[in-house]
Amino acid sequence: MSEKHGHIRVPRYSGSARINHWIVAITFVALALSGAALFHPSLFWLTGLFGGGQAARSLHPWLGLLLAISFLGLFLRFAAQNLPERTDWTWLARVRDVLAAREDYLPEVGKYNAGQKFVFWSQTVLIATLLVTGIGLWPTALANIEGLLGFKATIDQLRWAAVIHATAATLAIAIWVVHVYAAIWVRGTFSAMTRGSVTGGWGWRHHRKWLRSEVEKGDVQRDAASSAH
Amino acid sequence: MATFKPFDVIRRSATVTTTPQPARDVEMAKMIDTSKCIGCKACQSACLEWNDKREEVGTNVGVYDNPHDLTPNMFTLMRFTEWDNPDTGNLEWLIRKDGCMHCEDPGCLKACPSPGAIVQYANGIVDFIHENCIGCGYCVKGCPFNIPRISQTDHTAYKCTLCSDRVAMGQEPACAKACPTECITFGTKEEMKQLAEKRIADLNGRGFDKAGLYNPPGVSGTHVMYVLHHADRPHLYAGLPDNPRISPIVEAWKGMAKYAGMALVALTATAGVIHHLLQGPNRVTDEDEAHADSLAGEKS
Repeated sequence: MSEKHGHIRVPRYSGSARINHWIVAITFVALALSGAALFHPSLFWLTGLFGGGQAARSLHPWLGLLLAISFLGLFLRFAAQNLPERTDWTWLARVRDVLAAREDYLPEVGKYNAGQKFVFWSQTVLIATLLVTGIGLWPTALANIEGLLGFKATIDQLRWAAVIHATAATLAIAIWVVHVYAAIWVRGTFSAMTRGSVTGGWGWRHHRKWLRSEVEKGDVQRDAASSAH
Repeated sequence: MATFKPFDVIRRSATVTTTPQPARDVEMAKMIDTSKCIGCKACQSACLEWNDKREEVGTNVGVYDNPHDLTPNMFTLMRFTEWDNPDTGNLEWLIRKDGCMHCEDPGCLKACPSPGAIVQYANGIVDFIHENCIGCGYCVKGCPFNIPRISQTDHTAYKCTLCSDRVAMGQEPACAKACPTECITFGTKEEMKQLAEKRIADLNGRGFDKAGLYNPPGVSGTHVMYVLHHADRPHLYAGLPDNPRISPIVEAWKGMAKYAGMALVALTATAGVIHHLLQGPNRVTDEDEAHADSLAGEKS
């Protein structure tokens, strides 16, 4: 610990990015709970959280639309920084070092590592899939769209929609578990989505290339609070 | 409504506990002899009357089907097919009264996610219990015959009940009661099969050598059966499925996918817990902070 001054903090997410993220987070959890209720009979009691089966069934698609729209916001904000790089393959090849927290064995990482990029792109594809198949499973919306476009979905298409929707949702939830676990395991991460900033040490340890560029831009804060130590 | 008691139920949708199995009642069935149908639609009127439903007046598009499809109000529909028989050169009018077939192995019940919204009674009737229905439309995907319809008024699913309320009181369904030619008959499934045999023998004698009973084994038989003049080609009758069965897509969705999905999420969460127990938290060290501070110091 430095004696002369407090540690630096580095801004990571703006206020609007954090609000956007938490809208996605809350709708995602509500969708997972109301969807799981219809996925397995043992989980049907979860509809009680939404005011019963009819209410959960009618709320779920509207939440889905909200998720699709708010996730589009995150996509536009973060897509550029999630483009794959050569070093991502090295990072993935050394996933054993990642899991063992041997950061020194890994290439320097920009704003996002290959794992985070995987979460980003897989959720993008899965949410798009869930949106399309979900509209097929939403009788009212489907009837309107069929009227508008002048076609009639076959029962077999709707069956595929159901099975693909369930599969995509399961994968999305499993990847969400990975996302949440990573944020818990890598201590110091949550403040990025609560306060909007992380400590310089967190940046040095996990996203050194990103830290260097932020420092280069002069985009760091002296932390007055920790100078009291 | 509640004309059958819970102990009459042998199958119940979205229920993981075993449903108590009462001694199986005598199985009942409706037999529809297409060769006797004159297309009068008395069955449709009787159905609307008994169930207290009304269908909106539609438009004539040049076919006799009225309304044009099954609806949340119209549980049964005469489907008219004009068929040029290439073997005899005759124009044949194949009229089929469409509606729920009351499968022994009901796809709607298998697909339904809401406990007790679809039940099967000991006499074989498959019934929708509206107070438990959530209007998701999964039954529509589960049904091999494309029968259930979702009401946009109360957002629940509707179909023929086989007049379960009348049958519980020892009466025959309203359509069978109204039919003027005894094309629709109701009784025990055994009786109906015997009656069908007589009818088939009669049809065979009149040149319909492919006449037969439609009681498809793919859904373990049905409690609504047809006598068809062309039993080798059910699809002639307005697309009646030749070999109906619960779609393998539905079987995968309601079978393997359910267990694989639960297992995947549970395994992912368990892997996280085990990793944390073995590895411990990934903390930022004072050394890391010092490196960052000096990096920032150099630049400031």
